Amino acid sequence: MVSELINANPVIYERKERRVRSVPSAAADEYAVEAIDQQEIFDILSVRIYLYLCILLDIKDPEHPYSLEELKVITEDAIEVDDGCGYVRVTFTPTVEHCSMATVIGLCLRVKLLRSLPSRYKVDIRVAPGSHATEAAVNKQLNDKERVAAALENPGLVDMVDECLSPSYE
Amino acid sequence: MELAKELREIQTLEGHTDRVWSLAWNPATGVAGIPLSFASCSGDKTVRIWEQNPSTSSWDCKAVLDETHTRTVRSCAWSPSGKLLATASFDATTAIWENVGGDYECVASLEGHENEVKSVCWNASGSMLTTCGRDKTVWVWEALPGNEFDCVSVLQGHTQDVKMVQWHPTRNLIFSCSYDNTVKIWADDGDDDDWACVQTLGEANNGHSSTVWALSFNASGDKMVTCSDDLTLKIWGSDDAKMSADGFAPWRHLCTLSGYHDRTIFSVHWSRDNIIASGAADDAIKFFVENNDQDGLVDGPSYKLLLRKENAHEMDINSVQWSPGEDRVLASASDDGTIKIWELTSE
Repeated sequence: MVSELINANPVIYERKERRVRSVPSAAADEYAVEAIDQQEIFDILSVRIYLYLCILLDIKDPEHPYSLEELKVITEDAIEVDDGCGYVRVTFTPTVEHCSMATVIGLCLRVKLLRSLPSRYKVDIRVAPGSHATEAAVNKQLNDKERVAAALENPGLVDMVDECLSPSYE
Repeated sequence: MELAKELREIQTLEGHTDRVWSLAWNPATGVAGIPLSFASCSGDKTVRIWEQNPSTSSWDCKAVLDETHTRTVRSCAWSPSGKLLATASFDATTAIWENVGGDYECVASLEGHENEVKSVCWNASGSMLTTCGRDKTVWVWEALPGNEFDCVSVLQGHTQDVKMVQWHPTRNLIFSCSYDNTVKIWADDGDDDDWACVQTLGEANNGHSSTVWALSFNASGDKMVTCSDDLTLKIWGSDDAKMSADGFAPWRHLCTLSGYHDRTIFSVHWSRDNIIASGAADDAIKFFVENNDQDGLVDGPSYKLLLRKENAHEMDINSVQWSPGEDRVLASASDDGTIKIWELTSE
């Protein structure tokens, strides 16, 4: 049983001030579907997902409940969106190269997007090139729909993902 | 063969409450006045049986097979007689159902896989079954009287999750395809149920560069098509003239079809009249035929696109299957929870 956290001293980045979105004019079609863009995806992912670095080590009290944004695991420019085609690609950077949390982070990102985006969206999730020791293997697993579906039928894993997506201590 | 010009949408079947992973036509239907019927399986843990109404031609759900599998039902396969249905599930079991006067009863449960079972297939005579799963193994089962099933062999060799298994239509060979990017061919050594891998089709043989999701044989069994996460379809052939002493004719790559789908191709099915249908995560269904326009300078057959149907479903297509019977009827299953029935027509 490992007694130390994987990344005991994560670098915390300042939370970015949210850009004010312009309100559409009254003359605009009130039934128009609002296009989804980069910032919106980033907002969906960063503000709400908290990362418990200690969860995998089976420690009860979370010590590092920082958001993915604060840990710079995802940044706004690492999100590619094409609303016309209904496509999103998220590139994330695990905090350490051997981070076994990479697949959990990827799964959290996928579940959050699944719950937030219209069903027509195609989503690709990958680790930033050069950021992980077994990058190709992690990417393959995160983008295998059948493997993701089976993983999400595992109650323990679903509980962990749900906890990351809406932490109970808030 | 008359050229197909249009893919006509016949009906959209709703009912499943989660994605539909797979479907299988009952081979004993669509002939001798017996209405066409098929089974579909889903993430909602159930299997549905659908049948065409002979007077109205519309499709109805005749049965829901539930309260048996405790997780996603990933794939299903009818025995050649159409009397038994095998269903493979993420709950690590394969259930065998018998049709008793319109009601389906679970008569056996095949256990042994360590985790999710992904595919099941019967041999041509119905005397044996094969299953495969995430535990990287392929299991071979014997069907005994009284709905008893015995495992006769566990085939190890794949280094990753095995996605699909298919019994060859005429030869005693099992083909499996995997997350390890290969297709493996397994043969039985005499009557000993001593199965071994006799060939691996990998990148070195012009094989796929990512997960191979499905494979399908042509009617005569001398060609097969595979589809992959690498976005290509590959055609393979076996030349009996090259058969070795132990009776196995090796398979070789004939043709690669690329640039037709831009996301993972999950399913492929070769029809009896030589039309290959593919279904992918780009929501499209495409059809391919052998290219007879070639000028004879190319070594071996080549294939061309016959027809395409973009946005066939609103989400990923997981399975495409040609029906038995005379007409060019195709069924497709999707993440959108629906099944669509199509007809490929000449006009």
